[in-house]
Amino acid sequence: MKTQKIYLYFPKSETDKPIICHLIRNYDLTINIFRAKVTPEEEGHLSLEVTGTEENIAKAFQYLEGFDVIIHTGAKAVHWEGQRCTHCGNCLSHCPTAALHFADPNTREVQFDEEKCIECLSCITNCPFGVCSSAF
Amino acid sequence: MSKTYAEINEKIASGKAVVLTAEEVIDYVDKKGVEQAAAEIDVVTTATFGPMCSSGCFLNFGHSTPKMRISEAWIEDVRAYCGIAAVDVYLGATELRHNDPANMYYPGEFRYGGGHVIEDLVAGKKLQLFGLSYGTDDYPRREIRTMFDINDLNQAIMSNPRNCYQNYNVATNTSDKTIYTYLGILKPRIRNLTYSSAGQLSPLLNDPLYQTIGIGTSIWLAGARGIVYAEGTQHCSKVERGDNDVPVEGAGTLALSGDMKKMQSEFVRGVSLKGYGVSLALGVGIPIPILNEEILMRTTVRDRDISACIIDYAHDYPQKTGKVLQKCTYEQLRSGTIEIQGKEVKVSSMSSYNKALKICELLKAEIQDGKFLLSEASQRLPLNQSMQALNIQGPTK
Repeated sequence: MKTQKIYLYFPKSETDKPIICHLIRNYDLTINIFRAKVTPEEEGHLSLEVTGTEENIAKAFQYLEGFDVIIHTGAKAVHWEGQRCTHCGNCLSHCPTAALHFADPNTREVQFDEEKCIECLSCITNCPFGVCSSAF
Repeated sequence: MSKTYAEINEKIASGKAVVLTAEEVIDYVDKKGVEQAAAEIDVVTTATFGPMCSSGCFLNFGHSTPKMRISEAWIEDVRAYCGIAAVDVYLGATELRHNDPANMYYPGEFRYGGGHVIEDLVAGKKLQLFGLSYGTDDYPRREIRTMFDINDLNQAIMSNPRNCYQNYNVATNTSDKTIYTYLGILKPRIRNLTYSSAGQLSPLLNDPLYQTIGIGTSIWLAGARGIVYAEGTQHCSKVERGDNDVPVEGAGTLALSGDMKKMQSEFVRGVSLKGYGVSLALGVGIPIPILNEEILMRTTVRDRDISACIIDYAHDYPQKTGKVLQKCTYEQLRSGTIEIQGKEVKVSSMSSYNKALKICELLKAEIQDGKFLLSEASQRLPLNQSMQALNIQGPTK
């Protein structure tokens, strides 16, 4: 079994298809949706985690490729621009999963662990330097 | 054992000065003893990096043809003050962009303002100037719109009336709703604390009685050579102090100036505080000459020896009640949690210890390379000064 994070972008043409339903039914995947914004007649974004056998995940991706959907594997829809971070650490008490944390308590350098991020977006609201952003 | 500025500068110029950061000096003195360490060490570098709202810059645009006496000006739609000579303006860090809804849709986002313009200028970006004038015989032009960058300006002089607060409040929120402050977002019912100081690295915490830092002191201002040009506004040295003379609240401040053309954009950063406003985060480094053992001992101050007051920003701060919920040390603050009213509360900082440490190292390298000489203050900062409140009065009859 394998768990993988993906961020999907749906153009307007694909927003009326029950793609996630098929991923669950046909490929036996467990889906954990972090965040979604899919509105008919508009473009859509979906940030999720899929769990299943490697074979089924590969087949599911093949299935997705049959649509006009852009797949960002392993990526989150939340982006942390490390180069612009001032390492004040103000985000730390707002991040519920410690995805944002000090890499070293002595130098107090902030790091972002994408795997731990649940896309609550509180860092975006909080960061005084606009270091965190969302794809949607 | 005592040294003079001239002796220290001679050693710096010959590349032989012994320079330690405010962090390194602590263990060094522990190991060597004060007497030996004072004989060996010439300079200790201190620094801080964080939002400093009372910051801004004077810009001189040069004259267009025909000439113009600019009476209203906007840079990237951020208003600059024009009540000075023809093409001089002052741009303040907390000025909002024109049409920013501020807190009309509470809590506002405050995405861009004076601090961001200053960051963009230092980063060398092209920005738009829009200016208006009423027109005069000698300055007939009445409107100007042009793109410029920092190299097109004759001068860009950062001039900050209040930086480097000696110490600062720790903020929390006892109310039932989230509040939005200059110390960040404070969750209801004391669920987080925020502070803003580099603690043991911070300049005025390493020189608590202003024995070396004064008017005329040469400083490192975001990478440029700067100067302390006056006591900072709200300089209030007559406050409660610990046994080590280190204040437990705001206390001293510095007014700083430096040439923006020589600054590094990494240390000049626009700040957006949700529900509060915009500001500018700045990096400042100040060298402390080790003239004698007492001055050295003061630079060995540790986070555990520096206290700060936890204040309720929902009620006691805005209403000026003077109530302190609790005192704590910077060692406790930097541990990430503090016990308050029987529960563990998460702590985070507005000030970057990481950047302050980096500035200490950069300044240390400049001094070691003989590129940064120290200057003796021409005037001491007031040591026994309090701060006045503003009493609301009726018109004089």
